[in-house]
Amino acid sequence: MPSIPASAEALPGAAPPVLSLARLGVIFDTPAGSLIAAEEVTLSVARGECLGVVGESGAGKSQVFLAVMGLLPPNGRAVGSARFGATELLTLTQAALDRLRGSDIGMVFQDPMSSLTPHLTVGEQLTEVLRRHAPRGAAAARARSLALLERVHVSDPAARLGQYPHELSGGMRQRVMIALALAGDPALLIADEPTTSLDVTIQAQILALLAELKREQGLALILITHDIGAVAGLADRVAVMRAGRVIEVGAATAVLKEPHSPYTRALVQNARRLEGRRDEARLDGTLNAPRLEGMTTQPVAREDAPPVLAVSDLSVEYGVARAWLRPRRRLAALSGVSLALRAGQSLGIVGESGCGKSTLARAALALLHASHGRIVWMGQGVEQLPPATLRALRRDLQIIFQDPLGSLDPRMTVAQIVAEPLSVHERALDAEGRRRESHAALERVGLARELAGRYPHELSGGECQRVGIARAMILRPRLLVCDEPLSALDVPTQQQIVTLLASLQASSQLAMLFISHNLALVRQLCAQVLVLYLGRMMELAPAATLYAAPRHPYSRELLAAIPSVDPDIEPARLRRVRSGEPPSPLAPPSGCVYRTRCPHAQPVCAERVPAWEQPAAGEGIACLRWRELP
Amino acid sequence: MSERAAAPRGLWSDAARRLKRDRLVVTALAVLAALTLLALIAPLLAPWSYDSLDWQHLAQPPALTGTHWFGTDRLGRDLFVRTLAAIRLSLLISVLASGVSLVIGVTWGAVAGFAGGRTDGWMMRFVDVLYSLPYLFVVIILTSLFRRDNLTVLLLALGAVGWLTTARIVRAQTLALKRREFIEAARASGLAPGAIVLRHIVPNVLGPVVVYATLIVPQMILAESFLSFLGLGVQEPHASLGNLIFVGAQEMESAPWMLLLPAAFLVALLLCLNLLGDGLRDAFDPRER
Repeated sequence: MPSIPASAEALPGAAPPVLSLARLGVIFDTPAGSLIAAEEVTLSVARGECLGVVGESGAGKSQVFLAVMGLLPPNGRAVGSARFGATELLTLTQAALDRLRGSDIGMVFQDPMSSLTPHLTVGEQLTEVLRRHAPRGAAAARARSLALLERVHVSDPAARLGQYPHELSGGMRQRVMIALALAGDPALLIADEPTTSLDVTIQAQILALLAELKREQGLALILITHDIGAVAGLADRVAVMRAGRVIEVGAATAVLKEPHSPYTRALVQNARRLEGRRDEARLDGTLNAPRLEGMTTQPVAREDAPPVLAVSDLSVEYGVARAWLRPRRRLAALSGVSLALRAGQSLGIVGESGCGKSTLARAALALLHASHGRIVWMGQGVEQLPPATLRALRRDLQIIFQDPLGSLDPRMTVAQIVAEPLSVHERALDAEGRRRESHAALERVGLARELAGRYPHELSGGECQRVGIARAMILRPRLLVCDEPLSALDVPTQQQIVTLLASLQASSQLAMLFISHNLALVRQLCAQVLVLYLGRMMELAPAATLYAAPRHPYSRELLAAIPSVDPDIEPARLRRVRSGEPPSPLAPPSGCVYRTRCPHAQPVCAERVPAWEQPAAGEGIACLRWRELP
Repeated sequence: MSERAAAPRGLWSDAARRLKRDRLVVTALAVLAALTLLALIAPLLAPWSYDSLDWQHLAQPPALTGTHWFGTDRLGRDLFVRTLAAIRLSLLISVLASGVSLVIGVTWGAVAGFAGGRTDGWMMRFVDVLYSLPYLFVVIILTSLFRRDNLTVLLLALGAVGWLTTARIVRAQTLALKRREFIEAARASGLAPGAIVLRHIVPNVLGPVVVYATLIVPQMILAESFLSFLGLGVQEPHASLGNLIFVGAQEMESAPWMLLLPAAFLVALLLCLNLLGDGLRDAFDPRER
């Protein structure tokens, strides 16, 4: 078994690299010829060091490390050299590689759900790895599993051992993945986008855990990500990849603060723009000034016209069957939410996954049945309308979805997809008129006409999302609901879509409901922000006020979780990250639902449900103690 | 990054391209086409018809140089013509029955799956009840109620059972599709439920259904042959592969060609159709090889 040379322990300062790549290239043989995914990659990582590998999707960063691990698909091959300690990995036999993987080199992937076996419990999966690594008895394996879960700060580890992956939250699953990767006492941990599919609060927790492992166990860590914030917090050195090549490599502070290549500069700038002016804003934290500023950014809406969308006291409950013949339990996905949107207004809805954001979007558009409450579209109550009238009204209320590809019918061409709303609401239009309209709609979202004949799977994610926007905008609706429209996209693409949405909104008095877990993006687009937690409203405030001086403890936690691009402050921020995850909506805490995570919780919070107070027009807060909080 | 093909590639053209590369499937398709063509044309060109009797040649063995290439049966009917006529009838019945069962099955399954809830429950229970009826009983009752040589009854009997599996497959597919965002997008666009089923659900389940259809045709041929073998299906003097084999089986010892020739054609036909079905499945879903 290969091991790290002893000198690594003796001389921590000039430690020989744990992994060193020299002129590594990855080539795929496709029917269309050879495709070079990466070339001339020369990198190394030492004990106790974190190497951040950043780049957009398709930059070849994952392929390089899949090649290192011998995990390339059959048509891929690697050239050059990749040495782990003294072992050359590229020429290793499959059996030797198998021994190495999972023991000396651990791996963590983006999607913990698909990386865990669904029909085995957490305990079974951990013991399987542990026993392959070293023969031991059941009791010893269990004890070691428990220790590993504790190591990665899984709450209630003994109970988790008996649970299946689907019973865990995304954050817990990622922790279990890390525990699995640690099972063989690896010297090197390769984490490929470990936080991408997680909420900001959980992202910060996972990054903090990785930082701790690196610090306390001297793990060599390779963090592959497109998220500059993650790299700023964790990496000692950064390599920037583009189109299969490393274009810049150096110490994290140097690369992120004074990037040499224009590409790196653009990446960092993009990330910084997303971060917004948060830090300055928080400094001048006087409550009143920014709030006034926020009020003025709110476009003046005609008060006489009925709101485009008004929702009052909306609740959505699902029946959850627990077991055969047992009574169904009610899961309150949303309770008591009220909001109103007038023409030209934009409201952001933020919260962690499972807080009811998407449920709210769908219930507001009558795409799912509300158990309680009233939904009014342009002055007409949705409940009383006959189905045909309801469908006719839909032309004014459109939605764009999270999954750019999944929201387009794979059997239709772009032109057909975009023109579909016309076939419902503009029946008089002939084929020529439809073609003209759909071309105009494509143009408005910045798509070339040539794409009209293509199928969705032939487009990039950003193009797909533009098609979705073109479809939603073709009838010039009065309300656009955006349900996490950016979370599946690359950062530069996100920025383009944000710009597009902002310009569409500015040009057409569009009311917009923008749902996202990314507070930085919401800040750019929305004048007002509503914070949801476990299906309940926590705080409503003008964006400027919320970002400068959040009142609700939960809003504060959310804001604190936004990563910073600055390598000077980000590591310190990671050390302060608060633990805790939202409780199950099946058994919400009594009183204030947030109290289990709230740093300011008092006994009274468990007894009384906080009322929705409205300190000023367009503001609201549900917290018993908000007046007393520092 | 990925390079783009010059022409837009839909699922169908993709599938067709992959299908063309599969030599076995192309061969099967060619044999199938040749058999069909032969079955359609040859009886017209041959000097005999399927029911004309040649008293000079009773129970003749096959002879490529003689007047009857495949020989004759006990009544002196030309076996070449009868076999091809049988293929024609078997293909006709099975394709029609498959078509009927596909139309009913796709509609039933898509509506049940999309409607969901109680409607779905009742529609699928109905399918379960039909499944649990002994199929042979139904056929026997049907055929004894009506005239024996009534093709419609046979089609009805075959179709009545064939659509059940299709309905189940389509319903399962629909349930999976229903949760996809593009269906939600269609609802948000204001499309009526019927239009959603027609425009988004049905085209998207067609891939697996086409595959199933090529596997259901041989099943239908087999079922038809089986019924005819039992004397419940196609009646003399009409020829189907089933009743040819039945007659051939009775003469097995004295005139083996009467059994072997139609049986060989039945096997060839089924083999080709099954190969085509497998090929189509691979073509539509190249990942699940």
